Amino acid sequence: MDVLIFMVSGTLAAATALIFAAMGELVAEKSGMLNLGIEGMMATGAAMGFVAATVSGSYTVGFIAAALLGCVLSLIFALLTLVFRANQTASGLAIGILGLGLSSAIGKKYESMTLPGVPDLPLGPLAQIPVIGPMFFQLDVMVYLSMLLIPVTWYVLNRTRLGLTIRAVGESPVNAHALGLRVLWIRAGCVAFGGAMAGIGGAYMSTAYTPLWAEGMIAGRGWIVVALTVFGTWMVPRVAFGAYLFGSISLLELSIQALGVNVPSQLMSALPYLVTIFMLALISRNTLFIRLNSPASLGATFRL
Amino acid sequence: MTEPILDIRGVTKAYGLTVANDAVDFQVEPGLIHAVLGENGAGKSTLMKIIYGVVKPDAGTLVWRGQLVSIASPAEARRLGIGMVFQHFSLFETLTVTENISLAVPGSKNELGQRIRAASARFGLDVEPDARVHTLTVGERQRIEILRCILQEPKVIILDEPTSVLPPQGIVKLFETLRNLASEGIAVVFISHKLDEIRALCDTATIMRGGRVVGVVNPKEETSKSLTQLMIGQDIPAPTARSHAGTTAGVLRVQNLDHVPDDPYAAPLSGLDLELRGGEILGIAGVSGNGQGALMRVLAGEIRTAPDTVLLDQKPVGALGPGARRRLGVHFIPEERLGRGAVPGHTLAENAGLTTFHSGLLSFGFLQLRKRRERAGKMITDMDVRCSGPDAAAQSLSGGNLQKFIVSREMALAPRVLIAEQPTWGVDVGAAAAIRQKLLDMRDQGVALLIVSEELEELMEICDRVQVMFRGRLSAPVAVGQTDIEHIGLAMAGDFDGLETVHG
Repeated sequence: MDVLIFMVSGTLAAATALIFAAMGELVAEKSGMLNLGIEGMMATGAAMGFVAATVSGSYTVGFIAAALLGCVLSLIFALLTLVFRANQTASGLAIGILGLGLSSAIGKKYESMTLPGVPDLPLGPLAQIPVIGPMFFQLDVMVYLSMLLIPVTWYVLNRTRLGLTIRAVGESPVNAHALGLRVLWIRAGCVAFGGAMAGIGGAYMSTAYTPLWAEGMIAGRGWIVVALTVFGTWMVPRVAFGAYLFGSISLLELSIQALGVNVPSQLMSALPYLVTIFMLALISRNTLFIRLNSPASLGATFRL
Repeated sequence: MTEPILDIRGVTKAYGLTVANDAVDFQVEPGLIHAVLGENGAGKSTLMKIIYGVVKPDAGTLVWRGQLVSIASPAEARRLGIGMVFQHFSLFETLTVTENISLAVPGSKNELGQRIRAASARFGLDVEPDARVHTLTVGERQRIEILRCILQEPKVIILDEPTSVLPPQGIVKLFETLRNLASEGIAVVFISHKLDEIRALCDTATIMRGGRVVGVVNPKEETSKSLTQLMIGQDIPAPTARSHAGTTAGVLRVQNLDHVPDDPYAAPLSGLDLELRGGEILGIAGVSGNGQGALMRVLAGEIRTAPDTVLLDQKPVGALGPGARRRLGVHFIPEERLGRGAVPGHTLAENAGLTTFHSGLLSFGFLQLRKRRERAGKMITDMDVRCSGPDAAAQSLSGGNLQKFIVSREMALAPRVLIAEQPTWGVDVGAAAAIRQKLLDMRDQGVALLIVSEELEELMEICDRVQVMFRGRLSAPVAVGQTDIEHIGLAMAGDFDGLETVHG
């Protein structure tokens, strides 16, 4: 039973950074913006969050600083692609590289330092429930927020006017403009949200999941986020499923290494990435589904 | 004459050296249906874009209900009470009907649902509020577009070529709706180049040519001939009468073609049969989106099939690609001129080489540039293509001129079979007549031609036999002399039986 509790709570924690970043990227992509700079934004968020939390002594300040910096980076992306109409793919890659460089500059003096880590926050009586309590309700506050973010993102995208507007802009910015919707502002807003979420996801890695700063600690999670949104066919539940699958396999990897099973470590490290993409590709073969959910204008420059 | 609700004076708009609107005056009165008539490129679209706030005029004034206004964006136009129904719909395919409408019309879901039902009953616009747009026919989509427009309570509704996407029966229905709207005091602006429609529907007509207004007339008092003369400044050359020599044996056959396209919104083809004979033109009628695109791709070799599904001179060619088929004499004029018919950024000479390099333009594997340029020059003079010469970029030509060039290029190869998709779509009247004449000339030389078109009049004019396509199925062929537009129209809505009775 302890193993199961460890697996579930560990999976939730391991997936938290991905959930934040993936929900942000999902919203941005739904509006038609393919932001490939997520990896860099997460890295910057990780460095900024760690440094701000260390200096101020407050994790809240750390997360806010990380969100703001992620936001700023993503707004540079928005400026390039929306105002100067640069190619989204190239701009996203460039901002991503900028973010990686920025993260090592910010974190240079703090390399290999550690923090105590965001404390767990047992949720009163819920935490006392046998088995369920330790699985779900004795975790840190960011895990709860990430679990809350999933239904909130789904609700906003599918049940509100704002979500309808975002989906319309993502399907056809030209039509949306003709209807008088403010395409550029909506897209910029979605990208900014995505950047902020990527920053928070990155900061979670460096202040809670493994509370230390080491260059390269995001280790491709930003790319997994991009893959999750695409292979999750832009559907909130599937993207979240992919994130948790990734979390559980990466936890399995740790467990297998701890048990001393002799598998090449490189293969084990690759496993979560491979399994997640394979699984999502497997459940996403229905072309009608893809067509209905994919933002048709994704990655295309909007010209009037 | 009532007070105009919209009064436009001296509007001018130039794109570079081309003056799209030259001191245009235009008045719209409430409760009337006002036609704007003109060829492609006459400046109708530019004028409408100015009214709808998409384009800013260089000079001129717009007076809206007695107030001088400048309309900076579509949102502002809609705020004033100007609604527009676009030729290419501005609907979102993955959203439902209600969602599409709610993007433009405020109100809660329930309230909106009631208003949709009320308005659709009042104006005879049947829609299914919860259907997703991609499942709907073109006519249904247009009804949604109009409904969305009406629900914004506009004073003026502009419809851009609304009948071009409808089967004949749908047009009758649309006209009823428009008359209803006008009787409620709404000003309807109806853009078209179809004279009989304008004469049947409209109370007044502004005729444009070359960016200027050349007349404001009452179309009911004019003849089609007099309107044409105003519109193009001369009579349209009628295609020379056919001296049809009868048909030779089948050149290209398609038998029992089934195909499920990758695009889940496209109609799957099922059990298609057709036979293309030398020296005749076979027309494929139908509202676009019923599988014509996939059929064209199969015929051109872009989609490969089982070898004996497509036969050329009794030999199976279904598995051959476009290049191999061209070498066998099967040539293809696609609907999309820029991108499929020609490379936009390349010169005409380079585009000329694309489909012809294997016919003597190579020497030891090297391109004969001078020869290619000469040949492009000949293609240009053959069809009287208006351009600066073989070095003009394909994208610098107007749609009609580029189409003439493409037709000329394919003809230069002396095809045995020519397949053309919407050969005169978006082409001005003069160029369209020239293209049709060339197609007839080729038929008389024994070429087997297949024409896909949405324009029934065009098919009736140049084809010998017609087959109708509906939801991926193809009717039996019927000789043009043995049917009429009415029955073909019914077949376009899926009723193949009537067609065959006439045929039988």
